[in-house]
Amino acid sequence: MDKVLMKGNEAIGAAAIKAGCKHFFGYPITPQNELPEFMSRELPKIDGVFVQAESEVAAINMIYGAAGTGARVMTSSSSPGIALKQEGISYLAGAELPCVIVNISRGGPGLGGIQPSQADYYQSTRGGGNGDYRHLVYAPATLQEAVDLTIEAFDIADYYRNPVIVLGDGMIGQMMEPVEFKEPKKRDLPDKDWTTTGTKRNRKPNIINSLALDPAELEKHNIKLDKKYKTIEEKEVRHEMYKMDNAEVVLVAYGTTSRIVKNAIDALEEEGISVGLIRPITLWPFPYKAFAEIPNTCKALLSVEMSMGQMIDDVKIANEGKLPVHFYGRSGGMIPTPEAIMEKVKEIWGGAK
Amino acid sequence: MAVVFDRTQGLAEKQFHYCPGCTHGIIHRLVGEVLEELGVLGDAIGVAPVGCSVLAYDYFNCDMHEAAHGRAPAVATGIKRVLPEGVVFTYQGDGDLASIGTAEIIHAAHRGEKITTIFVNNAIYGMTGGQMAPTTLIGQKATTAPYGRDAVDTGMPLRMSEMLATIDGAVFVERTTVHNVAGIRKTKKAIKKAFEVQLAGLGFGIVEILSTCPTNWGITPVESLKWLEENMIPYYPLGNFRTPEEGK
Ligand SMILES: Cc1ncc(C[n+]2csc(CCOP(=O)(O)OP(=O)(O)O)c2C)c(N)n1
Ligand code: SF4
Repeated sequence: MDKVLMKGNEAIGAAAIKAGCKHFFGYPITPQNELPEFMSRELPKIDGVFVQAESEVAAINMIYGAAGTGARVMTSSSSPGIALKQEGISYLAGAELPCVIVNISRGGPGLGGIQPSQADYYQSTRGGGNGDYRHLVYAPATLQEAVDLTIEAFDIADYYRNPVIVLGDGMIGQMMEPVEFKEPKKRDLPDKDWTTTGTKRNRKPNIINSLALDPAELEKHNIKLDKKYKTIEEKEVRHEMYKMDNAEVVLVAYGTTSRIVKNAIDALEEEGISVGLIRPITLWPFPYKAFAEIPNTCKALLSVEMSMGQMIDDVKIANEGKLPVHFYGRSGGMIPTPEAIMEKVKEIWGGAK
Repeated sequence: MAVVFDRTQGLAEKQFHYCPGCTHGIIHRLVGEVLEELGVLGDAIGVAPVGCSVLAYDYFNCDMHEAAHGRAPAVATGIKRVLPEGVVFTYQGDGDLASIGTAEIIHAAHRGEKITTIFVNNAIYGMTGGQMAPTTLIGQKATTAPYGRDAVDTGMPLRMSEMLATIDGAVFVERTTVHNVAGIRKTKKAIKKAFEVQLAGLGFGIVEILSTCPTNWGITPVESLKWLEENMIPYYPLGNFRTPEEGK
């Protein structure tokens, strides 16, 4: 198929439609507006439905209802809006409903700003909703990857009956790149025999619910959910390794930050400094096991983020106290430069000798 | 022997957990009867609230979806937008609908969602133990209004039907009571009408039903019926606020 030049937000919308999503519920917020705008334009053409909800709280609860019917559904927002969706995300996880939630994240806390940020790492991986729940978080670094992961997210959501988040920083939403909409590889998906579509009086009523007043029953449900989360941790974790052979410092970065880091790594290589990159593609589950493959030459780790340091917690967990872990980050919508990253690496590298 | 009264097909074979004298049970029965009589049980998807009727999903004999507190109209919107042929209803208390879920109910009405809302107004938060609701009457005692509700600090009780009737998309709005037989009959008629409005695709319909909570009002079931009549009806006048033209 031919490549088309598209803006990230629109490419994600087109990917959702390609995956069979015909129902979208959202609320305006910068920098993701082109996504609901795209859906409001395109969905009516395929007999789909776009609803502009009165709030993100309402939008995620519309998703909760619509997902209950078994339809492939998506909502999108940006950081403060995702904060409001946490209630619904917890219910969706508790009632085991599939859906895809896109966060084109911006700077915080509070109203923050509208420029790209990765300060929603905790929000995405630890959740703000109540209870023992987890959901996959995809962190694309390119628009092609955003398209591929969005399409796949719908299958994964259906397969595990769980919400999936696609987390792109503002740059993923706003930049333009050529993308291709490939046929996704077929997954065997379980039948949706749990949906609320009306009994037609030929089956028992289906009930979608996250309430269990009996503590023993609720614990049983939590154990069942945990088993599912363990399977996801085992089977769906994804990462990329870059120039890890003989690396003396290993950087960890995700999303668009990883692209800047790669530029810095290439430039350092030319100066004779070997530096590698571990790029988590799934933030949850985090690629902890990838850290076992760090070569003996490595003296230190450096987490590079567009935040004041959030993923670094997972880097430390993965590191198991073996190597010094450093941090370089910019926040508030400021973007790290390759030069600044190089300088930080040299500082560590010099000290690590 | 001839059967003169039977369980409606609209209700599952489960025993209600409601307190003695609570009128939630009567309202459940009326909704079940209407679903059965309209022949829509197989297409019905109900949305249960958070409140004393949280377990409504176990009682109605149709597909059910349990919503977060106040969000039932948004959940119902999601369902109805995927299944335009479905018969979608919410069942909500006054804390659920008139406090935490005001945005959701107003905007479901505002969009003219083709859903039906059964709104049970008992002037109190039942499930959490009798705290003040936006619908609690002036002078009425609640666990968070121990001296009686005071308009200066807490405002006047919210009249949801009157408010919703100002919204174009809310094509059927009626307030009824279940404290006596005549009221129960009228309530059933109103519920049926609200579902018919949905079936005809005309817009949003709501029936606000004045209901008792003997447990948290701290009086007997019989006194509760009287209290409702003497205190609630004067402030919450019964009647129809909106009906689609052709149905008048
Ligand atoms: C987000 C959230 N806030 C608060 C509660 C606690 N809560 C449960 S039921 C309820 C009030 C219900 O009152 P009402 O809607 O009047 O229904 P009733 O119990 O009187 O039938 C509250 C506040 C909750 N479950 N979720
Ligand atoms: S607490 Fe009140 S509303 Fe709840 S079941 Fe008992 S009487 Fe009914």
